[in-house]
Amino acid sequence: MTWRGRLLIAVPYVWLLVLFLVPFGIVLKISLSDIALAIPPYTPTMKDGLWAMLSGLDFENYAFIGAGAVVAGFAGLILCIAMYRIVFPRIRRAMLPDTATTVFDTAAAALTALAVAIVNVAVVVAVLAFVLPALSDFVDVPDFLYFAAYLSSLKIAAISTFLTLLIGYPVAYGMARAAQHWRPTLLMLVILPFWTSFLIRVYAWIGILSTEGYLNQLLLSLGVISAPLSILNTPVAVYIGIVYTYLPFMVLPIYAALEKMDDSLVEAAEDLGCTALSAFWLVTAPLSKPGVIAGCFLVFIPTLGEFVIPSLLGGSDTLMIGKVLWEEFFNNRDWPVASAVAVILLMILIIPIVLFQRNEQKQRELDG
Amino acid sequence: MAQPKPNAIFAPWHDPAEKPLIQFKNVTKRFGDFTAIDDLTLDIYAKEFFALLGPSGCGKTTLMRMLGGFETPTEGTILLDGVDIGPVPPNERPVNMMFQSYALFPHLTVWDNIAFGLKRSDMPKDQIGDRVERMLKLTQLGKFAKRKPHQISGGQRQRVALARSLAKAPKLLLLDEPLGALDKKLRHETQFELMDIQETTGTTFVIVTHDQEEAMTVASRVAVMTEGKLAQVATPDQIYEAPNSAYVADFIGDVNLIEGTVEAKAPDARATDVAIKWSATEPAIMASAEIRPPAASSVTFAIRPEKVTITAQKPEAANVMEGKILDIAYLGNLSTYHVEVAPGVIIKAQATNSRRISRRNLTWEDHVYLSWTDTAGVVLTA
Amino acid sequence: MRRFSWFNATSLTFGFAFLYLPMLILIIYSFNESRLVTVWAGFSTKWYGELFQNEQFLDAAWVTLKVAFWSSTVATVLGTLAAYIMVRAGRFRGRGLFSGMIYAPLVMPEVITGLSLLLFFIAIGLDRGVLTIVLAHTTFSMCYVSVVVTSRLVSFDRSLEEAALDLGCTPFDAFRSVTLPIIMPAVISGWLLAFTLSLDDLVIASFTSGPSSTTLPIKIFSAVRLGVTPEINALSTIMIGLVTLGVISASLVSRATAKKERA
Repeated sequence: MTWRGRLLIAVPYVWLLVLFLVPFGIVLKISLSDIALAIPPYTPTMKDGLWAMLSGLDFENYAFIGAGAVVAGFAGLILCIAMYRIVFPRIRRAMLPDTATTVFDTAAAALTALAVAIVNVAVVVAVLAFVLPALSDFVDVPDFLYFAAYLSSLKIAAISTFLTLLIGYPVAYGMARAAQHWRPTLLMLVILPFWTSFLIRVYAWIGILSTEGYLNQLLLSLGVISAPLSILNTPVAVYIGIVYTYLPFMVLPIYAALEKMDDSLVEAAEDLGCTALSAFWLVTAPLSKPGVIAGCFLVFIPTLGEFVIPSLLGGSDTLMIGKVLWEEFFNNRDWPVASAVAVILLMILIIPIVLFQRNEQKQRELDG
Repeated sequence: MAQPKPNAIFAPWHDPAEKPLIQFKNVTKRFGDFTAIDDLTLDIYAKEFFALLGPSGCGKTTLMRMLGGFETPTEGTILLDGVDIGPVPPNERPVNMMFQSYALFPHLTVWDNIAFGLKRSDMPKDQIGDRVERMLKLTQLGKFAKRKPHQISGGQRQRVALARSLAKAPKLLLLDEPLGALDKKLRHETQFELMDIQETTGTTFVIVTHDQEEAMTVASRVAVMTEGKLAQVATPDQIYEAPNSAYVADFIGDVNLIEGTVEAKAPDARATDVAIKWSATEPAIMASAEIRPPAASSVTFAIRPEKVTITAQKPEAANVMEGKILDIAYLGNLSTYHVEVAPGVIIKAQATNSRRISRRNLTWEDHVYLSWTDTAGVVLTA
Repeated sequence: MRRFSWFNATSLTFGFAFLYLPMLILIIYSFNESRLVTVWAGFSTKWYGELFQNEQFLDAAWVTLKVAFWSSTVATVLGTLAAYIMVRAGRFRGRGLFSGMIYAPLVMPEVITGLSLLLFFIAIGLDRGVLTIVLAHTTFSMCYVSVVVTSRLVSFDRSLEEAALDLGCTPFDAFRSVTLPIIMPAVISGWLLAFTLSLDDLVIASFTSGPSSTTLPIKIFSAVRLGVTPEINALSTIMIGLVTLGVISASLVSRATAKKERA
């Protein structure tokens, strides 16, 4: 490679190293520091000398936010997936060769994997805490807020992903079924909201969902309800907001999968005796699975760290980790804890991101 | 040509007692302003291997999709075994289709693809297995049962599609360009396989193709279609030897078409003799026709290149023309000579290359004689 | 033949109603006479007038446009370069890390990106202001640009470049006179994407902005926390209108070019 080629590579490379990777190193370092009444508000810093700085680092913040519990949960999840994907199929093949699996078999296997993983992790945690008492601090949850926030983020992200799928799939299906000359227009109609400001789209719902908002006005005037519903500042509002803003992310990959499907497959299924409904379940649904998976990840991953929607539509009781991080940083000015929260959030995100990448790669291999 | 058996010739269409399996009665299909099928009437008999042949857009695929139940006729009725199948949805018809794209389910194995239709029927589970195995054996796919469609070759995919559509033992099998995606050599082999399978299973096959050679090879009868209408329905040899129009003659195989007018009947001529004046200076072409067209009417004389003999010396024959070789197309086993017999009139003659190339004496710019008998060509009035 | 059933029609109708009704209501009520946003009191454009009197909003809008222009322009250059490297450079040392750094910001929660950049700027002692927002926005939007351009480069026939080299171009000439014009539509849409992402961004800007450099989303966010106001409705309507105009004209242009290419 010529020096010019190297220079060409160096420009974006160095930019990303300096403005993406190095900042993460700093976050990691600060997450191991202690809060201080100083500028910047943490200690130790480089001013104390390199050695003093390194030796002053500890896991206190992680213990404080209950990272041990998160790590244990994380380990449990990985174990569960490994059992389900790697161990169980082998046992199955060894015991019952050549049988078709039903939905019930799959569900039973998944539940067993989950149970076994939870028991295993609990045993490991108990043993470790007994052998190394110092670790029990780490597993303790001094402030339940953070752990609850992680769990509630996961729950909100999972439920809203499911709701988005429920609404997004029929839309994508309708688009794929529409006449050829209509499809570019429909596609543009789905993409257009994606380009309009996220903030404004969330804001639009405040006016609709508030106590004296348009929805309550409509329902009251129709006589459906007698007293206004309080939807704003509840988890319901957060779900609506997430489904609304992330709907295009669900619709587009499903539409892409359905659109490239050969029409004659459904005709072949009907020709071989399927009704329209069973042809959908046996052919269309399995073939759109990669699109569904991609769409679910595209909604789930960003929702997990979402800040704007819970802070505008959710109430004070809507715990989401993005909001907790923000408040820790701006309101409490506890930079080390905020950094520790960020590091743990990133660790949790790695699982869905890796799964998503694998799904995409598998798809590319099948297509290419 | 697939069908002729040693003793009994298979020709139910000549037997008035035979009831057709499928009857199209004045069927018309329109898509908006476009008329895909125009008032078409056609009978297809049980155990036939029936080919629909025509250029793209002639309506042959629409005709087949109406049999499958994917399109409904705008006017007219389609009867299967005497029953109107217009209102019957595709999943309830005893008709299966092999799709042009094969439409194999990519998420299912070969085995599951073949079993797909059987699982939708009320066949007991243990019999399904047997039936799939039989189909795998019939199509020589036993080794690939566990593979997914993208893990097998194009020719194997074609056989899976065939096995899947045959598995339910349909009364009628529809094949939409079944060999279109295969290369030429594989296509030839598969044509014979198709004929074998058709004969062993005794199923009625209707095949759509734009490849005239394929239609001629496999079919018991061929329907040549153009613009939503049937141009001719006949056995392959009739279509080739006795086309009923210039369109059919030109569509099937290579042909020389010469336009002319019928001369008045000479006193010593037989009733079937026709003399066609095609040039002011050259002698008339002598031909024969069962029904003699009226004198002075304009006709087209059609003759296949292989029925024209090319020689260096003047031969004795009913028709002899003198000309100059303009072009030679060497095809290996055959050579086609383009001979200019009058200014602007070129007649193709084909000769078998039974000798090595160095021994042949005809070459470019040579003066040669073309000759044929009076029964070698056909007189077409349409 | 695809059959479009009543079910398809219903789901499309409801889906698009869900997507568009909230914005439609916002637009309608921006022309409301009354300050009470939920009560209709007649048509008026007075809130647009008031919006243009509001110095704070105008300042924030100006800052936002500046940031969006510079960050999207730099991000387009860097992102196109990164895409070109990913598709053409073959193997080089650190390629894995490079592709990781390009894709990671796409899935990174904004709070983390914002936090890390803020801590970085403080650590190196860079004062927060327009420059830091531009740096931050450039970093995450160059990744989007690179994804858009990569998808175009992958489908690009490499023999065109080789033909240019064969006809005597230097590699740089070949890039400028053959590759760039062909990938131009992707580069332009990458720029547009980077521009809107920057216009839209609240979280990263909140972390990296200083007191003197408030952007429009930050302004809107702090106003919106107190509830719905007619000025914000008017501002939203203007922004929705501009984006709609942009997207529709862009798609018309791309459709026209596609037709031209086919012809």
